[in-house]
Amino acid sequence: MNKPRVKLPEAAKPGDLIEIKTLISHVMETGQRKDPDGKTIPRNIINFFSASFAGEEVFKADLQPGISANPYLSFFMKVPGPGEFEFTWVEDGGNKVVERIKLNVT
Amino acid sequence: MKDAQATPRIDRRAFATGAGALALLAGSAGRLSAQATEPAWQQALKSLVGDVKPLEGKVTLELPEIAENGNTVPLTVSVESPMTANDYVKAIHVIATENPQPGVATFRFSPLSGKASAASRMRLARTQEVIGLAELSDGKFLIGRRTVKVTIGGCGG
Repeated sequence: MNKPRVKLPEAAKPGDLIEIKTLISHVMETGQRKDPDGKTIPRNIINFFSASFAGEEVFKADLQPGISANPYLSFFMKVPGPGEFEFTWVEDGGNKVVERIKLNVT
Repeated sequence: MKDAQATPRIDRRAFATGAGALALLAGSAGRLSAQATEPAWQQALKSLVGDVKPLEGKVTLELPEIAENGNTVPLTVSVESPMTANDYVKAIHVIATENPQPGVATFRFSPLSGKASAASRMRLARTQEVIGLAELSDGKFLIGRRTVKVTIGGCGG
């Protein structure tokens, strides 16, 4: 899996409602398609995403093949104070990508 | 003259009774086959809500009216909620009624979320209704629906 992209506001104050946007490149193969020889292409998707902040859970998503390739996810958080985000993407088979980004709290 | 009038009346009644019986038969046959082949999306919905009847119209689904490319349809789901520690939206499930696999995603929130809203991009196989089902912290369910016309389907063949 490739390095994900995450967009956070440049700065936030405690109590602010911020939007977090994430994107990761992934084929999100549905398991419904066939190759030119008529064989089914096995399913391979990112099936789980989670975001935590300063060790506390913020948002999670269970994804199915109905999510488009290069899955984009955006969600919100009410800033509790300073801290670091931890984002995790999990692929079928258990491969993981973890990204940690500090939020600039002023 | 009298006879001629009476005869068609009886015929009509006989016909009506027969037609009624046929309709009843057809109706029960329809119900039986509906039970046997309940659409996959209804099974998906039932597995989430059980016997609870979700409250209609409280989940907002932002989707295009017409999606030219069913491979990537922008989606935002949201529910009005105070999002406090004891009154918040636990999850929103997204169901695409006419996709080969109707379950699309489940977004799970926390009191830290601040706002019960999430966005992504989804695949739609054909023109269909998309359902958003929200699960609240008090065990209630809310439901919202939106129809999207799809020009080119997005699930491969």
